[in-house]
Amino acid sequence: MKSFEGKALFLDRSDINTDEIIPAKYLTEITKIALKPYLLEDLKVEGFDPSRDLNDIKVIVTRDNFGCGSSREHAPWALEMNDINLVIAEGYARIFRQNMFNCGMMALELSKKQIDEIFNEFQNEPEVTISADLDRMTLSINSSSHQKIMPFKISDFDLDLIKAEGWVNFADSRY
Amino acid sequence: MGKTIAEKIFDAHRIDTQPGDINVLSLDAVFCHEITTPIAITDLVSRGKDRVFDPDKIKVVIDHVSPAKDSKTAEQGKILRDWAKRQGIKDFFDIGRNGVCHAIFPEKGFSRPGYTIIMGDSHTCTHGAFGAFAAGVGTTDLEVGILKGVCTFKSPKTIKVDLQGVLNKGVYAKDIILYVIKKLGVNGATNKIIEFVGPVIDNMSMEARMTLCNMAIEAGGTSGICYPDQVTVDYLWPFIQSEYKTKEEALQDYQKWISDKDAIYDSSLRIDVSSIGPQSTIGYKPDQVSDISELGRTPVNQVYIGSCTNGRIEDLREAAKVLDGQVIHEDVRAIVSPATPGVYKEALKEGLIDIFMEAGFCVTNPTCGACLGMSNGVLAEGEVCASTTNRNFNGRMGKGGMVHLMSPASAAASAIKGYITTADRLKEVS
Repeated sequence: MKSFEGKALFLDRSDINTDEIIPAKYLTEITKIALKPYLLEDLKVEGFDPSRDLNDIKVIVTRDNFGCGSSREHAPWALEMNDINLVIAEGYARIFRQNMFNCGMMALELSKKQIDEIFNEFQNEPEVTISADLDRMTLSINSSSHQKIMPFKISDFDLDLIKAEGWVNFADSRY
Repeated sequence: MGKTIAEKIFDAHRIDTQPGDINVLSLDAVFCHEITTPIAITDLVSRGKDRVFDPDKIKVVIDHVSPAKDSKTAEQGKILRDWAKRQGIKDFFDIGRNGVCHAIFPEKGFSRPGYTIIMGDSHTCTHGAFGAFAAGVGTTDLEVGILKGVCTFKSPKTIKVDLQGVLNKGVYAKDIILYVIKKLGVNGATNKIIEFVGPVIDNMSMEARMTLCNMAIEAGGTSGICYPDQVTVDYLWPFIQSEYKTKEEALQDYQKWISDKDAIYDSSLRIDVSSIGPQSTIGYKPDQVSDISELGRTPVNQVYIGSCTNGRIEDLREAAKVLDGQVIHEDVRAIVSPATPGVYKEALKEGLIDIFMEAGFCVTNPTCGACLGMSNGVLAEGEVCASTTNRNFNGRMGKGGMVHLMSPASAAASAIKGYITTADRLKEVS
């Protein structure tokens, strides 16, 4: 099972699309690892600089409709190759969300109110770490000044995909 | 309680359910192209599972970068080519016979009413025009589809889009779908299916229905879908005449793929198309749409006519009508890419290619090309393209470029004027 904890990056924008997560020109790669240097290369979010801000990041917190656009699984792979296995957002495009769980990664959906709270309380903190506890179904959000525990929900099927490390293993054992 | 067409297709294909409203569906077709399939193939090989569930249900094309532009795209093509041969996949379309996936597969009769279809391409929703449930998926879903012939989907919630009225001159399916996306928003149909009904659809060609369904994903939709009818039967007849004695029999059989009158919808949208003029996107999201008549003069550097949205013969005919006897603006470079060899040959036969070339267009072979900035027709920083494609994301057609989505007729008119305009405004003094 993958690891779902570490330093968080805040991307304060809705509708971040798959072209922004990994530009189409890199779709000619035939290995996942080749995508690693290009994650979020063209993303325009105020205050974000991919060459500076992606160091050691393990978790992304963002707004609504993350991963809209293309079906390219290169988007989750670019995250995965950078050890970012957990995205927390208000909502996702269907294909992106499915791709994440199909890879044994987690696209966690929280309410707008919860996402607002996380942004309001933590976005401007110097360093924030987040960890997901799959037994308790809670998120622990930590900065030097405070900690917040939040419940989350994922379906048993999504949990099975995470535990099986993806849909290929799960499907192959059943169908 | 009545059912929607999508619910009926799900009921006929469900082989298992999983918690969280997950349906495991059997697949009638798995479509593949060279960009998202090779990693699925290499992963299957590395797992020791280099097999396919049914070679006759897998259809393969090289379309996104064709001809190959460099060693990497050549390698992608090679992986796909070798695999198709190794697995006995007969329907493999290589250069010379290849076309844009969502144009060539329908042209070959592979999209049928009641089918479940997946492909590693978000615009797979196009095939819903045939009364199929067709959805774009990622490479892992594709991989399992190839290996096991199954895929998971949540139970379909449906938005009914009821199109009433009569289309104004110069207004096409593209204008309708841009208007619908503006109404729904870029995630207004997430996890939902957009069902297109009403007299406007009844009078629409299969090609126009494909244009509508193609862009369902731009509102977040899992798929677009239309009911199969006489138009569908007439289009498919060359491919289904061994299955049915008469067209009437086929039509009768396909009636099982129509929503019940008392079907339950998630929501409904009724639009009088008589009120819609030619539309164009104006920003970096497909729901940022304006009536072209309300735009100022937005200069364009490039015009692109092609893609899985609007590269079919009807699209080329409408553009050629506008371009006939005209020359494009001196500051514009214009590209037309017929979506399939069949479209290309028909356009040659009808003299459309002559019209495009006389007007100053560059004619390319069938390929996805500029649409996603992967091969020919990439924009430079700050350049603007009037395009018949489906997606206007920042950087889509090249870093720093701006794409305005519109119909082929409006794109052709914009090529002549050098700014975004419509065919009926061509007589305006520059």
